[in-house]
Amino acid sequence: MDLTLTPELEAFRDEVRAFLEAHRSEYEAGQPKDARAWQRLLIENGYAARTIPKAYGGYGAEPDVLKTRIIAEAFIAAGAPPGIANQGVSMLAPTLLEVGSEEQKTRWIGPTLRGEVVWCQGYSEPGAGSDLAALQTRAVEDGADFVITGSKIWTSTAHLADMMFCLVRTEPEKPKHEGISYVLIPMDTPGIEVRPLKTMTGGAEFNEVFFTDVRVPQANVVGGRGRGWIVANTTLKHERGMLGDPNATEARLAALIELMRTETVDGQRLIDDPALRDRLMQLQARVLSMKFNGLRVMTDETAGLARLIVKLQGCELNHQIAALAIDALGELGVLYHDGPHLRAGGRWQWNYMFDLGLIIGGGTAQIQKNIIAERGLGLPREPKTVEG
Amino acid sequence: MRFALSEDQVLLQDSLTKALAELAPLDRVRRFADEGERSAPDIWAGLIELGLPGLLIPEEHGGLGLGLVEAALAAQALGRAVAPTPFLGSAVLAPLALMAAGSREQQARWLPRLAAGAVTAGVAIHEPVAGARDGAGVAAEGGRLNGRTLFAIGAAGADLLIVADRAGGLHLAQQAEAVEPMSTIDATRRVTEIIFRDTPAEPLASNRALERLRDAAWTMIAADTLGACEAMLEKAVAYARERRQFGRVIGSFQAVKHLCAEMAAEIEPTRALVWYAAYAFDHAPDEASLMAAHAKAHTSEIGRFVARTATEVHGGIGITDLLGLHYWFKRIGLNRQLLGGPERVRAIAAQLQGLAA
Repeated sequence: MDLTLTPELEAFRDEVRAFLEAHRSEYEAGQPKDARAWQRLLIENGYAARTIPKAYGGYGAEPDVLKTRIIAEAFIAAGAPPGIANQGVSMLAPTLLEVGSEEQKTRWIGPTLRGEVVWCQGYSEPGAGSDLAALQTRAVEDGADFVITGSKIWTSTAHLADMMFCLVRTEPEKPKHEGISYVLIPMDTPGIEVRPLKTMTGGAEFNEVFFTDVRVPQANVVGGRGRGWIVANTTLKHERGMLGDPNATEARLAALIELMRTETVDGQRLIDDPALRDRLMQLQARVLSMKFNGLRVMTDETAGLARLIVKLQGCELNHQIAALAIDALGELGVLYHDGPHLRAGGRWQWNYMFDLGLIIGGGTAQIQKNIIAERGLGLPREPKTVEG
Repeated sequence: MRFALSEDQVLLQDSLTKALAELAPLDRVRRFADEGERSAPDIWAGLIELGLPGLLIPEEHGGLGLGLVEAALAAQALGRAVAPTPFLGSAVLAPLALMAAGSREQQARWLPRLAAGAVTAGVAIHEPVAGARDGAGVAAEGGRLNGRTLFAIGAAGADLLIVADRAGGLHLAQQAEAVEPMSTIDATRRVTEIIFRDTPAEPLASNRALERLRDAAWTMIAADTLGACEAMLEKAVAYARERRQFGRVIGSFQAVKHLCAEMAAEIEPTRALVWYAAYAFDHAPDEASLMAAHAKAHTSEIGRFVARTATEVHGGIGITDLLGLHYWFKRIGLNRQLLGGPERVRAIAAQLQGLAA
């Protein structure tokens, strides 16, 4: 246990702070004034796409978890917008780096990092959720192309995306895990229809995507035909790190504390209600635990189980923070959309509902528990049932 | 920066765990519990050989001069083994009291003997930390102590007592009118009620030493619960991999494996919280009290969950005396209330950050 920063890291932290101070005029209220220019500036200085090689449009630094964390903390402290962290940057780019062809890396990684190409993820289907490998969207060979038919669901940003990284079945005669390919699809290809999927929040954070005879070159397959399941698991590994991020949870707890210190009922601050305060302290202990767990995951090579629990515990904790905020607000907590009494734009209710989606998405809580029990604790898998 | 145990810390943890497996196997703990032994000098003698009593005591007084992280690892190993030892009073709280508030002369007289394991110390700080019940509390006047104090730690047969009076002042006593056993659910440790009647005692310096003792005690109790939780999860997983029903090992049923996953998901981040609380005690004094409070309260909550869930995974055999899982269950149960239950400790956590009057 040594939590002090070396002089080198202290100097690095000062450098990041000085950068943010020098460029203060280029962002406002946590948003860049020119998103693409800001992203380019961050990449040039190593504060975005930090470990992606220069040849592919990144900054080309050696991976260093502490520097990554120092950057994240300095940006939060300064209220500065961090680099783009969409699915293209967080999931596709690292996957291409690991298994993409040279041509794919050169063509896609740079524009993705710079925010010039926006991606969506085509994984889940109406009949393939937790059992993702049961997916049925077909890609049939036709000359140099695949012709794709089927549908995807839970596709966030599909309506904005230029491209999709998508799982399709190319070898239907093979066992389900071996017949899947990972393919890159331009969203303007004829035959693609995107329909917004309205959820309980009232918004449409996701879409359904329908494919009717969509023609894509076979050269768009990543990692080899029939190897899509392996490639997809590379990507999912990156997604689980993204969901349940303890920095975001800490910021939410701070907002909850602020709410409970400033809101009053009968002239008494919410924080002065012993029952509410006790719940707040319980959550604070959990937030601190996850924060230190996060530090441990970054720097302790023996922290295998500690890594596996992050998605399950982090998403649940966010949900509970929103729940306490709503309970503390009482009847004001159920106001939504608009009105003079609405607090924080209805954000707590929105979070409460949206976070339930995150508990389910990216591997449900129950799938996470299977992973923890089987990979972390060595318990046996459920026996396979006969497929009908 | 590295949030991980150092090589030396891992070595300490391993050697203690191995030593305790020899010194305090379940049979030995059971004998201590069933026969109502007041202390287990055989177990302590083995730990003295490893230098455990002098863990925190400076080298100039014959100790190892290590920090609270090392002490927390020791407490974790003791909780894992449900071992009966005078560790908390003799090796942690009494040395810290003497180091923080003892005179040079008091330090020179007691620290070397504590470090060598030649004497043991009990600690009675319950009332000013956890509140006075049944009219208990100690008054100090003119070098004499009067009154009674409950839930004293390691006081039976101790050569030296560290006593907090009602106002939070600390005293060093070498005798008492009476030290009476209090029979708790946890038969792996002895707590006592101490009665003072014009008992001579030396005052320790009137600084904020009691707060430091409280923080250290909370962190040690948290680590003890953490170790007990780890042991209970390991036992539950081992049982779930072996016990067969409906033609399958029960650990292949999601109803059972999810209970195990939930325990692991609660224990893992708690480990980081307890380590940080111990680290903060030595290296981040501004945060130490808050982290100790959260570690104490949070381990109490996850401890209750793990104790009941691990028992449930075992099915009927889990509640039998024969299996002995109840020793861990009850140790966690005592730790939850000792020196303040979670609601009380969380109220203090709120006060510490100005969130409560």
